[in-house]
Amino acid sequence: MPPPVTEASGSLAMRARQRFWRSLSEAEGIPDATLPRPIDTRFAPNRRDFMKLMGASIALAGVSGCSHGSLEKIVPYRAGPAEQTYGKPVFYASVLPRDGYGVGVLVETNMGRPTKIEGNPSHPASLGATGVIEQAAVLELWDPDRSQTVKHGGTIATWNDFLAALQAQFDARAGTKGTGLRILTETIASPSLHAQIQSVLERFPRAKWHQWQPLNDDNLHDAAEMVYGRRLDTVCRFDRARIVVAFDGDFLDDAPASIRCALDFATRRHAHAAADARSRLYAFECTPTLTGAAADHRLPIQAADVGAAIAQLARALGATTVDVANVLPDAWIAAIVADLRANRGASIVVAGRRQPPHVHALAHVVNAHLGNVGNTIVHVPPAADDPTNQLASLRDLVEAMNGGAIDALLILGANPVYTAPADLAFASALAKVPFKVHHGLYVDETADRCDWHVPAAHPLECFGDLRAFDGTLALQQPGIAPLYDGKSAHELLAALAGDTTRGNRELVEAYWQRERASDFAAFNDRALREGIVDGSTPEPINVALRGDLAAVLAKATPSQPPRAADDIEIVFVADPRIGDGRHANNAWLQELPKPLSQLAWDNAALIAPALARRYGMENEDIVEIRVGGRRIEVAAWLMPGVPERSITLALGFGRTRAGHVGNGHGVDAYAIRTSDAPWFAGGVAITRTGRKHALACAQTHHAMEGRDIVRTFTLGEAQACTPDECGTPRYRNERTLYETPPTGPYAWAMSIDLSSCIGCGACTIACQAENNIPVVGKAEMRNGREMHWIRVDRYYEGDIADARALFQPVPCMQCEHAPCEVVCPVEASVHDAQGINVQVYNRCVGTRFCSNNCPYKVRRFNFFQYTDDVPGLDSQRNPEVTVRMRGVMEKCNYCLQRITNAKIAADVEGRRLRDGEVVTACQAACPARAIVFGDLADAQSEVNRRKSSPLDYALLAELNTRPRTTYLARVTNPSPALAQSTQQSRRREAPPAGAVDTRPRADR
Amino acid sequence: MATDAGTLVPPPGERYTGAIITDKIADLVLVRPMHAGYYVGFIVTAAFTLLFIVAITYLFTTGVGIWGVAQPVAWAFALTNFVWWVGIGHAGTFISAFLLLLRQHWRTSVNRFAEAMTIFAVAMAGLMPILHLGRPWFFYWLIPYPDVMNVWPQWRSPLVWDIFAIATYIIVSILFWYMGLIPDLASLRDHARTRGKQVAYGLAALGWRGEARQWHRFETAYLLMGGLATPLVISVHTVVSLDFSFGLVPGWHSTIFPPYFVDGALYSGFAMALVLAVPMRKVFRLEDFITRDHLAKMGTLMLVTGLIVAYSYMVEAFNAYYSTDLYEIAMMRNRYFGPYAPISWSVILCNVLIPQALWSKRLRRNPLALFVLGLVVLLGMWLERFMIIVASLERDFLPSAWHMFYPTFWDLATLAGSLGAFAFLFLMFLRFLPAISMSELRKDVRQETIRAGTHT
Repeated sequence: MPPPVTEASGSLAMRARQRFWRSLSEAEGIPDATLPRPIDTRFAPNRRDFMKLMGASIALAGVSGCSHGSLEKIVPYRAGPAEQTYGKPVFYASVLPRDGYGVGVLVETNMGRPTKIEGNPSHPASLGATGVIEQAAVLELWDPDRSQTVKHGGTIATWNDFLAALQAQFDARAGTKGTGLRILTETIASPSLHAQIQSVLERFPRAKWHQWQPLNDDNLHDAAEMVYGRRLDTVCRFDRARIVVAFDGDFLDDAPASIRCALDFATRRHAHAAADARSRLYAFECTPTLTGAAADHRLPIQAADVGAAIAQLARALGATTVDVANVLPDAWIAAIVADLRANRGASIVVAGRRQPPHVHALAHVVNAHLGNVGNTIVHVPPAADDPTNQLASLRDLVEAMNGGAIDALLILGANPVYTAPADLAFASALAKVPFKVHHGLYVDETADRCDWHVPAAHPLECFGDLRAFDGTLALQQPGIAPLYDGKSAHELLAALAGDTTRGNRELVEAYWQRERASDFAAFNDRALREGIVDGSTPEPINVALRGDLAAVLAKATPSQPPRAADDIEIVFVADPRIGDGRHANNAWLQELPKPLSQLAWDNAALIAPALARRYGMENEDIVEIRVGGRRIEVAAWLMPGVPERSITLALGFGRTRAGHVGNGHGVDAYAIRTSDAPWFAGGVAITRTGRKHALACAQTHHAMEGRDIVRTFTLGEAQACTPDECGTPRYRNERTLYETPPTGPYAWAMSIDLSSCIGCGACTIACQAENNIPVVGKAEMRNGREMHWIRVDRYYEGDIADARALFQPVPCMQCEHAPCEVVCPVEASVHDAQGINVQVYNRCVGTRFCSNNCPYKVRRFNFFQYTDDVPGLDSQRNPEVTVRMRGVMEKCNYCLQRITNAKIAADVEGRRLRDGEVVTACQAACPARAIVFGDLADAQSEVNRRKSSPLDYALLAELNTRPRTTYLARVTNPSPALAQSTQQSRRREAPPAGAVDTRPRADR
Repeated sequence: MATDAGTLVPPPGERYTGAIITDKIADLVLVRPMHAGYYVGFIVTAAFTLLFIVAITYLFTTGVGIWGVAQPVAWAFALTNFVWWVGIGHAGTFISAFLLLLRQHWRTSVNRFAEAMTIFAVAMAGLMPILHLGRPWFFYWLIPYPDVMNVWPQWRSPLVWDIFAIATYIIVSILFWYMGLIPDLASLRDHARTRGKQVAYGLAALGWRGEARQWHRFETAYLLMGGLATPLVISVHTVVSLDFSFGLVPGWHSTIFPPYFVDGALYSGFAMALVLAVPMRKVFRLEDFITRDHLAKMGTLMLVTGLIVAYSYMVEAFNAYYSTDLYEIAMMRNRYFGPYAPISWSVILCNVLIPQALWSKRLRRNPLALFVLGLVVLLGMWLERFMIIVASLERDFLPSAWHMFYPTFWDLATLAGSLGAFAFLFLMFLRFLPAISMSELRKDVRQETIRAGTHT
């Protein structure tokens, strides 16, 4: 695609570029896609030729991205160069959806190709960080499986065909005012799109708009209505909270705001947070989550007991009189109550979105009782437009479809055939609709059953606007023109409203011109540059609790029905990687091990080891799960920290029309998920089938084996720490037979704070995107051949029923005495003068001795030609990073390309690099700011500051490898009252006989 | 000389003369039709050689991913095969060079085929490190050669030392073997009845005429070569062992490896010599030349080296616990009680327990028992290499990286193929070259008869 044109460069430059590109394509002899071509009748391609041509056409689409003739103006980010310099990346501010809400990002484009996503520091949902889903968006953009053309009944059609068909529908139903017309969307948090829906509804007053996405905020909004009498959003400010109590509430991972939550949370968690500012987190949860792993105290309870648990707390606080059975131990309640009372206005009680409204209502009540509202809890108008109850909305739609009342249904973005609750039988209801249109990125399960399918333009391909979780507005702009015939939702809705002439951009701009008539040009320019609309963050609203709250609550809270002792519940959760299944075709996300189970490419029934013992089940045993007359068969996976009578199953798998990557992995949990129990259901029967299903688990061993790997200290211990006691033993032996590598002006090093790290895996995906790391697939993963340069290890500590999960990101340690270097026979593993252990791919012959000799096992080997030149996908690659061939070893090199770029920039200005100027990809993405990278030679650098901490330690320091990457020990803040009941912290003591000797080997 | 020194045992009613020896051995190559067993062996080994070629071709076109190697077990079958084959290649040179210097005359009957065994085994061994490379077509980057980039191998790496050790060993072994062959090649030239054979053997005999002057120089040079080859027996496996003991991996990082590996190499080498000798003497009716005495001598050597191996196992376990090093202890526990425990206990069974049967003199003189024991030791030694390499790598420092290794079909095909190719080359050797040194045997017989006071 032609380079973006700035406001300043004007139309002359635009014309010049048009000419440049056109002449290039002519010179290259590439027929321009826009010109009619003579049809060569002799050309009868076989499948292989056809695929090649398809590949070439995708590649051409990248080269001549704006082939549709309309060269649109995009404003780059403020820090970007005014005009594109050949070979230099340009960053655009935009916004990507996360469960429908905006997350501000900067899209890195290299010669017009979006290659990498960074967070937007100005955007409240990002503050510069990103999650795995944002990082993986570029792969989705370039996914060759994306829907490429309009389809009618499965055959290729055109947009004009579709418009004609649409017109025919209108003509046939002229004067009915849209009776029988329904629109189904996902959550909409976009003013312009909402306005367009409204204009459609104006044109067809009897038409109806439904909403459905499986990961919705129904429970939160219903609870707000119950407590405050109106639907509103609640923003938690974890940076202000000293005590957090989470009731099945995974705010660190499973929420539209989770990146921000993780950032805020980390401000009071990092290793050197002041003792009086440090927060304490109690988590009661069923499925082990990142929040539970981050907690100082975690208690596994069944999902069905969470309501009773929060009621028990509320009662103990005197906030409510709702009376249900007690489920939490008295000691816990006493400790939490004492903590909450001591921190009025500085605490948060939060529930997860899968908990029913009365649980959230009780959370509201407790927060109000503690004076948190206005301090740590802020109420804002809902970010979503028309935040209706989506389940009810979908049920209405299905009833209407079954009643034959619907003539035409437009499905925008949603995939209800796959995601709708099983009892609604959406697919069979859909079959009764005569005219069905699907609009989406993929020809998915729903598209298959619709008459028309319109390919959606990817969020990185279109203009738009999105509100963040707190209502802050940001404008979306493309990094590239649509690769295929993709249409934005705006265009489709405009066509429905009768406007078939204007494009995506004109439609969005027209909306904002109406809204901001006075200063549109300045507004638009600034909003696109900043990636955020200034002043759009809504003011907190003051709401009062409803007067009849007690009665409402009493009515809403179900009396805890007596459960049979062996009643087993099933809990549905969003997959931590592919969400509700929409990212199933994203190989990066599929291959990223799930943080706690470490499984990739599959979902599994997560069961407690105790339950497995009772049923005689082992890992990978296929079990049949029956609930409410429905059944599925799924592989079991033993998971510490799951309550004994609970089974967790992730949604999003078992796709049949996801694409080549996503099809057939895992089991479809929607098949047993019903509308009356969308998140958890009791009365589950399980039986072993006697068969096995192979699962790919990235980490097959979970204990630290008494080794000094992840160090944890309680706050009290950490304060009393001296470097000798808990830090790295100082190297006492500096003698070496080998020459020490030369030192240069910089000495790069990294520090990873295990106190802040939440284990989300954003670093892994960011690294994968930055460094062109290939995907190996499930079979290879199972073989142990994953390629991630930074992995997040997860260890368990303590009793298996109540194990504490500990995370540790492990990139290359960049050892000063690197064991890999001495054993490489061809000098492919060498040290540079900046202290980086670099791998010379060209020189590597692949003996793999370096990998054997690496005690951290961070080296990755290309056992096959993993990096295939898939046309389209190769456009995602970072042009500054070599693509490795088979037989070559690779590993983390501290994003050498980023260091070099920063150095060049500094050299041009004739100065030294400043601290923080080089940011590695993992560091940039980290939502918890756990990773700091910098120069050891700079005494003032942040990394030096961290390394001077008594909590700083090197992994396997006793091997005298002298790693440049070191860790800050994990500091926990357990309640003194509960200290007895939790696991003992691991303190480095004089090694008992037979334990690790931490002296450098040479000293022994 | 006493009979237990391995003298020939003339069959009743027959006296061995130099001419008879030459006829009997040369006829194997020149005249006598091949035994049916030979053809069966030929076809089977040729088939496995073909499998080897297929496995290598697939490997080169696809990548080492066809094997089970992964993270953290980045070395497995190929390196196991390598160390094992190098080990087998030890016995030949040990027998011919070491025993030559020690003037053990019984070596005469077995040295020729043992040397051939050495060469073929080292050839198999030499292939393995090349096959296991990620980019085998660049294997020559390990060899120091001047190039315009002025890039040299990285001299600290034991893999570079390996190249020198193996290359030196195979060159000296081939020279030593070939030199010993020259008088016999000349005999074959003289006995050959077809023109082609006369020319071929004649060229190979390098103009040997059997003059006293030639014999004088030959004997001197042969002794010198023996002196040169002897330290190599020690050095080559010492360097191979450094591939491991140079590494950090618990289970590798050990100072006992050089003697332990050299001894293990001899152990497997004698086992292979027995496994080859027993059927060979049967099929080619060489029982008179390779007698039960010879076999018993090799059995005794096997017993001695086996005891040293057993001692090494004990020292290794002792060292691990004596060191109080957490990782060493964990490695030792994992070795004998972890997932690869069956392998490790098989090693103990095959290398330590079963070979104790060799204390029995009756068994030492029983060719079938020796053959079976040889196979057991060969299996045990292969498993030992596998145990050291794979079970150590499988669990090293960080438990998060631990991962089991499972071989694939192509791992097994490479091993089976290399065995087949080795046997195929050995059968070729039997067909085209004298399996027993005629000249040395004749010399021994002459000395024997002189000593016995008879004249031929």
